[in-house]
Amino acid sequence: MSALSALFGRETSLAWGRGGGPLVSVGFYAGVATLLPLATGPEPDRLAAIAPGAAWVALALAALLSLDRLFERDFEDGALDLMVHSSLPLELVCAIKCLGQWVATGLPLALAAPLAALALGAQPLILPLVFGCAAVGGLAFAFMGGIGAALSLGARRGGLLTAVIVLPLFVPPVIFGGGALDSLSNGLPWTAGFALLCAYGAAALALGPLAMAAACRNALS
Amino acid sequence: MMMTGLKLQNLGLRRGGRLLFSGLELDLKAGQVVALTGRNGAGKTSLLRAVAGLVQPEAGTISFGDLDPDEARASSLHLVGHQDGLKTSRTVAEELIFWSRWFGADRAQALDSAARLDLTGLLGLEVRRLSAGQRKRLALARLLAAPRPLWLLDEPLSPLDASWRTRFGDLMAEHLAGGGLILAAVHDPLPIPSIGLEIGA
Repeated sequence: MSALSALFGRETSLAWGRGGGPLVSVGFYAGVATLLPLATGPEPDRLAAIAPGAAWVALALAALLSLDRLFERDFEDGALDLMVHSSLPLELVCAIKCLGQWVATGLPLALAAPLAALALGAQPLILPLVFGCAAVGGLAFAFMGGIGAALSLGARRGGLLTAVIVLPLFVPPVIFGGGALDSLSNGLPWTAGFALLCAYGAAALALGPLAMAAACRNALS
Repeated sequence: MMMTGLKLQNLGLRRGGRLLFSGLELDLKAGQVVALTGRNGAGKTSLLRAVAGLVQPEAGTISFGDLDPDEARASSLHLVGHQDGLKTSRTVAEELIFWSRWFGADRAQALDSAARLDLTGLLGLEVRRLSAGQRKRLALARLLAAPRPLWLLDEPLSPLDASWRTRFGDLMAEHLAGGGLILAAVHDPLPIPSIGLEIGA
């Protein structure tokens, strides 16, 4: 337990600074949300219609920003070599690293998401769900994104490769979360979409660490 | 359970399609140190990584006395490689305490090992501010904080000055006297009597 809590503290602290940390992710998110009205036109009705989906896609892109260094730095500086010499399974190590990533960047993005949606003209009614979707979706992004980060270990331009690997994995949560938000905006039942998003998050939590650990072992050898 | 020995039998390693060595035999017992020598690229680092379980040998076996290999690697060996795994943005104290906890020691043991390697005055400093020798001492402090019987050392002396080489020799001797084992890849002679093993000759 001591090693686990030590790792979580360290990962959160490092993720806070990795790739600029939450400020860069939130700044990027705000930037995308600001660009959108410039591209689509400022008509409130049109913006309000696309606000939930746009906020959601921007969130997925912002989550990508700091993923590429999730394992790369530990791989390069030898920390991963040391981490395998522990009674803790590498799968658990990977899960803790993703959790640290989520706390440091996923949660701040989830807090920023309702503000961005509001700025784009979303109805105040959907803001709690925007936060809920962003929090759960952020967890799925961190754990599925971790797979891409681990698979691209040691590759040149690993960040780009991570994005190419990860974006298809982001499709289901974007569909489920966007669908739930769209349904609520239109007064339709939204729970199915949110439940599917939660299920995808649970699957990411369960399967992501297995894939990440296997990819890390392969890179180390 | 204490590790009583490290045995390599008919070991062969291949890296990047190139056969580094084959038929390597080693029987290291508690209280012994082996100095691995060989030209650059002979496979010294790869051998250490194979013992650490990071590289799969092409042939042969690696056994750790009566211990199960996975258990031995999880709890009974410590690798000090070329890359030290230290994060430059964190302080000496943060890194030493983290790694000590990671390997099963506590804060008091971490601070004690820092004192033994004259790092107490540097604990508040970011790792990026350390000299190469100080950084190596920090990596070595992890060895002392959470004692594990088998030390795998890759060029442990390289950035240390003459005085610290001697002092680290004393720490190695102390480890061996306590029943430890050391497998060290070196270019310079170790400061304590050792068994030589040249690979790739």
